[in-house]
Amino acid sequence: MRPVLLASLTVLASAATLAQELPETRRAQLVRMVRQDCGSCHGMRLTGGLGPALTPEALAGRPVQALAATIFHGRPGTPMPGWHTMLSEADALWIAQRLADGFPDEPARTEAAR
Amino acid sequence: MKRRELLAALLTPPALAALPGCAGPLPAATGTGDLGVVVERARGALALVNTSSRTLLAEVEGLGDLSHASVVFSRDGGSAFVFGRDGALTRVDLLARRIAARVVQAGNSIGGAISQDGTLVAAQNYSPGGVKVFDAKTLALVADIPAVVDGRASRVVGLADLPGQRFVFSLFDADAIWIADLSDRTRPEVTKLAGIGRQPYDALVTPDGRHYIAGLFGEDGLALVDLWDETPHARRILGGYGRGQQPLPVFKMPHLRGWSVAGRQAYLPAIGRHEVLVVDTTTWQEVGRVPVAGQPVFVMAQPDGRQVWVNFALPDYHRVQVIDTVSRQVVRTLEPGKAVLHMEFTPRGEAVWISARDANRVSVLDTRSFRTLAALDIDAPSGIFFTSRAGRIGL
Repeated sequence: MRPVLLASLTVLASAATLAQELPETRRAQLVRMVRQDCGSCHGMRLTGGLGPALTPEALAGRPVQALAATIFHGRPGTPMPGWHTMLSEADALWIAQRLADGFPDEPARTEAAR
Repeated sequence: MKRRELLAALLTPPALAALPGCAGPLPAATGTGDLGVVVERARGALALVNTSSRTLLAEVEGLGDLSHASVVFSRDGGSAFVFGRDGALTRVDLLARRIAARVVQAGNSIGGAISQDGTLVAAQNYSPGGVKVFDAKTLALVADIPAVVDGRASRVVGLADLPGQRFVFSLFDADAIWIADLSDRTRPEVTKLAGIGRQPYDALVTPDGRHYIAGLFGEDGLALVDLWDETPHARRILGGYGRGQQPLPVFKMPHLRGWSVAGRQAYLPAIGRHEVLVVDTTTWQEVGRVPVAGQPVFVMAQPDGRQVWVNFALPDYHRVQVIDTVSRQVVRTLEPGKAVLHMEFTPRGEAVWISARDANRVSVLDTRSFRTLAALDIDAPSGIFFTSRAGRIGL
C-alpha cells in the first residue's frame, strides 16, 4: 500500500508544478488547517508539542514525498492520523513542500472581516 | 514613585491605598467573581470578559504563542496564570488589565496547575519534558522536576493539583504517573507509579481530589489511581472499551479535567470512537455509553450535573451535543459556528460560553432553553476560563 502511494506521490511530484496549481482558495484553507488544526498537536508556529516540530530545520533531509505520505497515511504507533479523508494527495504534497520551505503564515484578520 | 504620588498615596484612605499599581483616579471597587478570559490564540492575546453583563471588557496582548494555551486562577480570582505553547508563563492582573509578571520557563509547554493554598504554580512541559514549580506571586522558580525515565525525558501531560501542596501528572513517553509533594517547597518528594498503561494523553482529578484518571492513547482503557490509598497504585478501568474494533483516526486529542464528573457518574470521551463512556465513580464499572456526533474532545458536566456538553474533533467540530444525565441520551444538537474549540459554564451553570474559532465568535447560551443570550466578536477564540475555577480542586 505504502510503496504504491509513495510512487503515486512521486509521480505527482515529478509533475513539477501540479501541487502549485491548487486553487488559491484551497491553499488558504490548507494554510489555516495546518496552522490551526495540525497546530493543536504540532503548535500553531509548528514548533512542536505532542507532535514533533515541523519547521524547515526540524524537517531538513526528509524527502518531501515521505512527508506527504505521512500526512496522507499517518504514522502507525503514534498519534499521527492519516488525513486522507480530508486531503487529496495533491493537498498533502503541497503542504509537505510548504513545510519543507517554511510554512506560510495565515493572513491577519482584517478589520473589514470583523 | 514620585514625591507627589507618594503624598497622594499617603493621604488616600487605607482601603483604597491598598490597591497596587494605581496611578491616577482609582477604578470603582469591583469583585472578580464574574470575570473570565478567552484565549485569542492567533493574536497572542487574552480577551477579558464579564459573565454577568456578557461583555468584552478589555484585551491583554503580548502573551506569545497561545495555541493550546490554558489558564488557572489565583485564589483571590484577581490573577490569571497563562501557560503558553512557547513555554511562557504569564500572570495577568485582571483588575489592572495588564501583564503583572512573565517568565519563559521552557521551550514548549502545555498547561499547568495552582496549588491548594494558591502559593505555587506548576507548569507541565513537553520540551524539556518535566514540571517546573513557581512562586505564584513572583513567578520565581521554586522547584524543577525533570520527567526522566531510563535516561529519556518524557513529555508531561495531565498535570493537576491535589490537596496538600501536591501535584500529580502523567508521562506520555514513559507510561508513568508521578505525584510530587511540595510540603517542603524546595525539596519535592516524588512518588513514581510505573507501567500505568500505554501513552497517557491527558488526565483529571475528581472534584474531591481523591481519584486521578489518565486517558490512554496507546490502548483501550484508562488508568485510575485512588489517592487516598496508603500506597497509591494505578489500575485499569474501562479496559477494552473499543471491543477490539479498529479505532478511527484521532484528529484531535480529547481533554480530561475534573468537570467530567456529574453526580455519581463520570462522562469520559472514548478515543477513536463516536461515543461518550459513562462510568460509576464508586465501582468504576462502565454503566453506559452514549453515541454522539463525532469524536468527543471536551465532555463537560454543568455545575449541577444535570446535563453534559460535548464538542468534537474535526471534521465534526461545528456541532455541540447535550446529554441529559437522567436519560443518558443526547437531547440537543447545536451548531454554534465552525471549529468549536471550548466551552465554559458560568459559576452556577445558568449559561454556557462556547468558542467557535472560525466564526470568530463566542456564543453565550442559556443551558435550559438553549437560546443564544449573547454573541461576542472575538478573534479566533479557543479556551474560555472563568474565575470560578479558582475555588475548585483540579481546575
